Amino acid sequence: MSTWPAAGYVASEVWKHTCSHWTVKVQKCSVNINMFFSISNVFKLKESKRAVNSIRSLVEEEDEEDDVEKVSWSGEPVGSISWSVKETESSIRSTGEVRDQSFPKIHTAPSLPKNSSGYSLSSLFKEHSEKLLTSLIVYLLDCRWSVHDDVILLWQDYVSDWTPEETVKRMQQGKVYSLEKFRSLQDKLLLLDEAVNAHDGNVITAVLIYLKKSLSKEILFRELITREIALRHYIHYLKEIGEQKLLLMQYRDHLNVRDENKRRDFLKNCLSFPFSPDDATHVQDHYTLLERQIIIEANDKQVESSGQADIFKKYPRKASILNMPIITTLYYSCFYHYGESDGTFSSPANIRKTFRISDKQFLLTCLGARAKLKAWFDVDALFTTKNWLGYTKKRSPIGFHRIVDILQKNNAPVQVLQDYVNLVEDVEQKISLAQKYKCHDVIINTYRDLKDRQQLIVYRGKVEKGSSEYRKIEEILSNSVRRSFP
Amino acid sequence: MSPLDRIANVTTLKQHDVDKLYKVEHKPIVSTSDQLCFLIRPRIKTVKWICDVVNADKAFGRFRRYKIIFSPQKFYACENLLEEQGIFGDVTTDEWSFYLLPLDDDIISLELPEFFRDYFLEGDQRWVRTAGSALHLLHSVYGPFSKVYGIGRCSKMAYESWREQVEEGEQRARQAEIGNVFLIDRDVDLVTPLCSQVVYEGLVDDIFRIKCGCVEFCPDVTSSDKSIKVMLNSQDKVFNEIRNEHFSQVFGFLSQKARNLQTAYDKRSGMNIKQMKTFVSEELKGLKQEHRLLSLHIGASESMMKKKTKQDFQELLKTEHSLLEGFEIRECISYIEEHINRQVSMVESMRLLCLLSLTENGLLPKDYRSLKAQFLQSYGIEHLLTFSNLKQLGLLVEQQPGETLTVMESRVGKLVNDKTAGQIQAGPNTVTVFNTGWVPMPLLYLIQSDEEYDLRVPRDMAYIFSGAYIPLSCKLIEQVLERDGWTGLEEVTRMLNGHEFAVTGSNGSDARVKTDSQRIILVMFLGGCTFSEISALRFLGREKGIKFIVVTTAITNSARLLESMLDNHA
Repeated sequence: MSTWPAAGYVASEVWKHTCSHWTVKVQKCSVNINMFFSISNVFKLKESKRAVNSIRSLVEEEDEEDDVEKVSWSGEPVGSISWSVKETESSIRSTGEVRDQSFPKIHTAPSLPKNSSGYSLSSLFKEHSEKLLTSLIVYLLDCRWSVHDDVILLWQDYVSDWTPEETVKRMQQGKVYSLEKFRSLQDKLLLLDEAVNAHDGNVITAVLIYLKKSLSKEILFRELITREIALRHYIHYLKEIGEQKLLLMQYRDHLNVRDENKRRDFLKNCLSFPFSPDDATHVQDHYTLLERQIIIEANDKQVESSGQADIFKKYPRKASILNMPIITTLYYSCFYHYGESDGTFSSPANIRKTFRISDKQFLLTCLGARAKLKAWFDVDALFTTKNWLGYTKKRSPIGFHRIVDILQKNNAPVQVLQDYVNLVEDVEQKISLAQKYKCHDVIINTYRDLKDRQQLIVYRGKVEKGSSEYRKIEEILSNSVRRSFP
Repeated sequence: MSPLDRIANVTTLKQHDVDKLYKVEHKPIVSTSDQLCFLIRPRIKTVKWICDVVNADKAFGRFRRYKIIFSPQKFYACENLLEEQGIFGDVTTDEWSFYLLPLDDDIISLELPEFFRDYFLEGDQRWVRTAGSALHLLHSVYGPFSKVYGIGRCSKMAYESWREQVEEGEQRARQAEIGNVFLIDRDVDLVTPLCSQVVYEGLVDDIFRIKCGCVEFCPDVTSSDKSIKVMLNSQDKVFNEIRNEHFSQVFGFLSQKARNLQTAYDKRSGMNIKQMKTFVSEELKGLKQEHRLLSLHIGASESMMKKKTKQDFQELLKTEHSLLEGFEIRECISYIEEHINRQVSMVESMRLLCLLSLTENGLLPKDYRSLKAQFLQSYGIEHLLTFSNLKQLGLLVEQQPGETLTVMESRVGKLVNDKTAGQIQAGPNTVTVFNTGWVPMPLLYLIQSDEEYDLRVPRDMAYIFSGAYIPLSCKLIEQVLERDGWTGLEEVTRMLNGHEFAVTGSNGSDARVKTDSQRIILVMFLGGCTFSEISALRFLGREKGIKFIVVTTAITNSARLLESMLDNHA
């Protein structure tokens, strides 16, 4: 891209540059004030309308030309698509051709009652002449002709009379517009309502930016309260430019704080915000969690580097525990700090209590961590409960079939697995699990207890001949024969 | 692959003196070039980055020329930022009114994934005019259209914007190439995009993510040490035949294809020299190409199978179907709970929660609180923001007190109701509409009268969800086209929050004659559509002898949709 389409300025930019930026020269100006007034006189004749139209179409064409003047990324169309669409086509409009298509209007969003009383476009005459004048001047500017000061002054006088509707339309079309003339609150609001009625978020936001600059916060918000669509645009805009300080967004800012101590302090600060009771608890948890993580991290880092504890040597930490979720922290604590007394911040019991972790959740996490370490004794202890007579029994808040799944995913050996398969209550489920994980003993014993000779014979066909399972089946089969035929 | 790659790749750009291509990021640009050109979407954040670059250069006393090309249009807010940052004038701006990217013969994308969040979550209508312009463009190239149907507020506004643009410009009289148009807001049907996809193309998108019609297959698919990028469209003969198939049918198809290929190769054995020559020059290349594609898709299928088995896909689907049917909700909740507890995929957990909320008209306050707490414990408390977003959008909400009773009543009502209770008499075709407990959405839910659903010979669009559910979006389209309007669907539209419309163009009335153009129907999804929905529409098209062309703001799926709700990155 060696040449830059520097002339790509659309009229709107020119306008935004405000008067001071314009170089006002007379030499090249081929249309002067006199001629201008002569056209004004022509207007008084009936031809006025035609003149307006012809000039407007000239203006329009100029506008379009600027629009079309774009960087064209000329590339090959995608091979597979036979009918590709030319993207510039939309902006090419041929004037003067018959419009063959018109769809009716449908009512969209609740349209606000238009109170145009504040508008004093006194007469038809004025409206026409104003259009004529502005078109002319815009045309001059667009052609980048230098214009006489007076013309600019005239233009400024007239430009103010664009109605909210016209202004919004011009903004949508990327034409010259001016918002500075909407000074009374009523005018500003009319403009805003018109923008909302046009359903163009781009224009709504543009108007809101202007209102933000020209109205006090209190007044703007007071007016926006009753205008939901505009309000949402405003909030989104503030969010995007990073000015929005609504409740959750303030909390969100903690993500921008990198240093953990500063982040903790930031969260502490958040505690005083008026969150809903539920959310307040969560934010409190967030603060407590980070506070503890900082303590645990500092401690463990030191222990790990000093090589004091075996567990860190055997399983070096892969990442820091800072900013991890509660459950990950619990897992970490079950992994590295199992069996610590309740009093320490890093103990599983303490974390469980502090963050009100459910039995089910605690069990699952703990199970995962201990199984990972192949600490089958700990796994066993998790389920063992003693009743008042001192008998032990295995209990679980979640079905044992899920426990089996989790253990299996952690590569538990068959000897461990079958203990838990055996605890599955549903016989069919028990057998299918046992078959899935090849717990032969469980299957054989279950069939034996069910006295299902047929299934045993079938199963004998499935196991390896001469293996211990095979012998066991043989034994049971012969035993049962003896018993059935005494 | 990015949209730009599909229009002008690096080679083309280099031929036009582009020195180097960078991704716009928030970091200094290391380049000796004294001209920088930024091609961006009109996002305030991106413009801010550019401002930083320019201001850094200024501070450094470095002179460069800058140009920002906004695509598809510039926004006043972006220009305002340039002004505020004091670089307006130092930077020239332009617009590239790039609206439509044809992804395939029947898919056109606006490539605006941000549409969904901006409009449905933030309530920002910045893309409404863009959608209108896209329609206007299509209309000026393929119109005039004879009828426009639509449902949803955004559809209505997009239609209005388009209509205004038509009025502003002049139209050339031309032969119509497209008959009717259907506009639909994504939030009319949020359930469909949240369901697991099981049609081949959808599944590939769920697992490998198709970007701009292109997928990157990882080494375990290609069974080599590097991953490769593959274009997925109708040009790929193998893909074209399986893309719309239920995944369970794909293996059979592929193996049949492999056998055919073998036979074609085997023909060589009995050939004389001359025949061999023609074989090599005419057939061999095609066969080799097919061979390559076949092994690729077999590899992909295997890999997907492996991934899904690992994830206990069957159980997941079972839960999903129970939710859709409104059965065994307690079991579903405990399944979701465990999913959360085990810290399995965060997005999946969120997806199930949203499905639960959508189908049950919100969660009971007790469940909501407990599931939310567990979710935050498992995936991080900063997801408070995500929950607030989901609530705002209505994807995951708490039942309002007072509503509980009606839900219970309707639950009972549902049990009492027999299938006929939900039927709507619809002229020649009787549609079964069944209230499944999605209380605000009594769905066009075609009941599968028998349990067996032969996926080999699908009988309706439900096949895309294993026969469990017809996507509401597609069902609506079918019904409206059949009735030529919304008559008879009042009950349904009322439940869907209304905003339906049907308008006839001035040439609509005389187009009664079924010309070819009348058989082509444009469906525009505002807020994205899934590959499953496209498959369903293709099926419907085949049944009715219609060709659907799907225009969408972006191709979406459950993961993309939910990830757009996340706020948890700095």
